[in-house]
Amino acid sequence: MTHDEEEVIRKRQRERSRLLAILLGAFALLMFGITIAKMSINQ
Amino acid sequence: MTPAATANPDLPASSRDLFALTKPRVMSLVVFTGLCGLLVAPVPVHPVLGFAAVLCIALGAGAAGALNQWYEADLDAKMKRTASRPLPAGRMTRQTALHFGVGLSVFSVILMDLAANHLAAAILAVSILFYVLVYTVWLKRRTAQNIVIGGAAGAFPPLIGWVAATGHVSALPILLFAIIFLWTPPHFWALSLFVKTDYANAGVPMLPVVAGVTNTRSQITLYTLPMIAAAIAPWAMGLTGWIYGVSSMALNAVFLFLALAVLANKATEPKQMKPEKRLFAFSILYLFAIFAALVIDAKVLA
Repeated sequence: MTHDEEEVIRKRQRERSRLLAILLGAFALLMFGITIAKMSINQ
Repeated sequence: MTPAATANPDLPASSRDLFALTKPRVMSLVVFTGLCGLLVAPVPVHPVLGFAAVLCIALGAGAAGALNQWYEADLDAKMKRTASRPLPAGRMTRQTALHFGVGLSVFSVILMDLAANHLAAAILAVSILFYVLVYTVWLKRRTAQNIVIGGAAGAFPPLIGWVAATGHVSALPILLFAIIFLWTPPHFWALSLFVKTDYANAGVPMLPVVAGVTNTRSQITLYTLPMIAAAIAPWAMGLTGWIYGVSSMALNAVFLFLALAVLANKATEPKQMKPEKRLFAFSILYLFAIFAALVIDAKVLA
């Protein structure tokens, strides 16, 4: 593996980790929102 | 970063390429029609649940697009229009695309079930499976009727939007389904006329390749007529008001005029196919406009 390729792999891993963290956060917020919305409808 | 490094499929796929796998341009139309289906439903929808339902429609469409590209990587490599996609360009492994597509499909259906209801989730699952199995795997390489039947996959979003809001199917969402279903053949055949060589080189039996240019032009006109009938039906049946009726009449008149211009064109070279390019461009605008008119009509006259 060349130095360039190694650098690309590290960069993409960082990029994907950040994206995954954001998506997981958004998913948690969405699930929270859905739960609250369903509770307010059922009341 | 060297070009060799970016084109190596063994490297982790970039998020940009994963996004490209979802066919974002197609997704915009899917999201819009799905949102319109949700907005014209005669019941109030909680904004969070509405947002989640539209998100699920978008994710489901993206998943279907990813699985389509996973299966068609060999075809895409042969066509100029699609050769730069992540898989044929060698920027991603097929396994990554498959895992991404399947994961996104399952996630979108489960989330739809949680946010909306079982029926909306079931229709979403059917639409993904229909696009991948019926259109991509079964029909596309076998018959010139591929997009006639396969067009149903793209027609589901307004129905899903409606069902997510109401929990049941009724006449209006079925007509919305019919509009997109009957709109698909003229839309895709107009495109396939001026990219015929691409399809022929890839061995895809699109109508102009199999039946010829003249026959395709006649079929465009023939399919335009039931599409117009389906587009006027919501107003004729009293399901919408005059705003939709007038808009629909005007948009359909322009569509018919452009389809007749295609029928009158005798050119066989793509450079001389201006009427076909005009019809293709207008058909996209047509679908956006007719669904926008539907929502405006529902909100203004409600």
